[in-house]
Amino acid sequence: MTSTSVVAVVPAFNESGAVGRVVDEIRTACPAAEVVVVDDASTDDTAAVAEARGATVLRLPFNVGIGGAVQTGFRYALEEGFDRAVRLDGDGQHDASEIPTLFAPLERGEADLVIGSRFVDGVGTYRPPLARRLGIRVFARLVSLLGGQRVTDTTSGFIALDRAGIELFAREYPHDYPEVEATLVALRSGLRLAQVQVEMRERETGSSSITFVRSLYYIVKVLLALLVASLRRYPRLEGAER
Amino acid sequence: MTPVRVSIVGVLASLLLILVVLELVRGRRLKERYALLWLATGVVLLVLSAWRGGLNTIAGWVGVTSYPPAVLFAVATLFILLVLLHYSTVISKLTDENVELAQRVALLEERVGRGPPTASRSPAD
Repeated sequence: MTSTSVVAVVPAFNESGAVGRVVDEIRTACPAAEVVVVDDASTDDTAAVAEARGATVLRLPFNVGIGGAVQTGFRYALEEGFDRAVRLDGDGQHDASEIPTLFAPLERGEADLVIGSRFVDGVGTYRPPLARRLGIRVFARLVSLLGGQRVTDTTSGFIALDRAGIELFAREYPHDYPEVEATLVALRSGLRLAQVQVEMRERETGSSSITFVRSLYYIVKVLLALLVASLRRYPRLEGAER
Repeated sequence: MTPVRVSIVGVLASLLLILVVLELVRGRRLKERYALLWLATGVVLLVLSAWRGGLNTIAGWVGVTSYPPAVLFAVATLFILLVLLHYSTVISKLTDENVELAQRVALLEERVGRGPPTASRSPAD
């Protein structure tokens, strides 16, 4: 391996207050990476802030939701021929200094998809509210069951991909509330999954896209998506074949 | 037996539906593809309304003994459900295609290297 090209995909919707720092931190932690901010039709100056910090900005013409935005970044990674991609949220909840930790299993050739998990071995300090913790655990159990591998954190948006992973997610990525379903799709497509312990910060600005009113829709939608995804047939990826 | 007046109204209503659909297709306000289910609805209802003996027989099959025109309602409802379901699949496909187009626009715009200036973007509605 001579040089590995790395892209950091940062979906952002109205995150002008945080996205600049996110871009800076990625560039510090991972100077070789191209930082791509996907602006999901923000109404503030998210795109301008990101661009001023030297990020490549993909501007969606209208709001397509987090999944569609993230997928835009993966498509960019695919088309520009990147070997590796990491996804971090534009609100700053993911710590860019942990990117090397996420890439380690890819570098060792052990995985195609690495999830930054808050609950790998119970050493994390993240303690979400009870309802949320319960939901996270139920989804993790369900995905583990349906995907045939133990997954500890299916709702994490902090992930790293190799080429096979980029190819899969560029083609196939759910559009809203994507993380849980995407994990199952990856497992069923034969991607090798690794999980590393990460810490996540509290949000700095803005508010989580999952408000209390939307939780019910979230749960039902994800459950249906999981059910359907486990009934669907996914082509085994050539790149992931071994 | 179905009251004659119900049959007449049924025939007229189905004919009206068929004519309206044909007119919409003729004026290119409705694509043939989406007109087919509506035309099928109209034709089936027309046949069931006009062919009184048939409606009676079918009502007997499904166990409707007291009031055969109920079958007309049931069939109409079934077809409307089919049309709506069909539209849901169409909307889903359009949604996916729409997102894909948006993604392509974002990627191409970046490649062309002259995205619209952020300041002049109109706020989303």
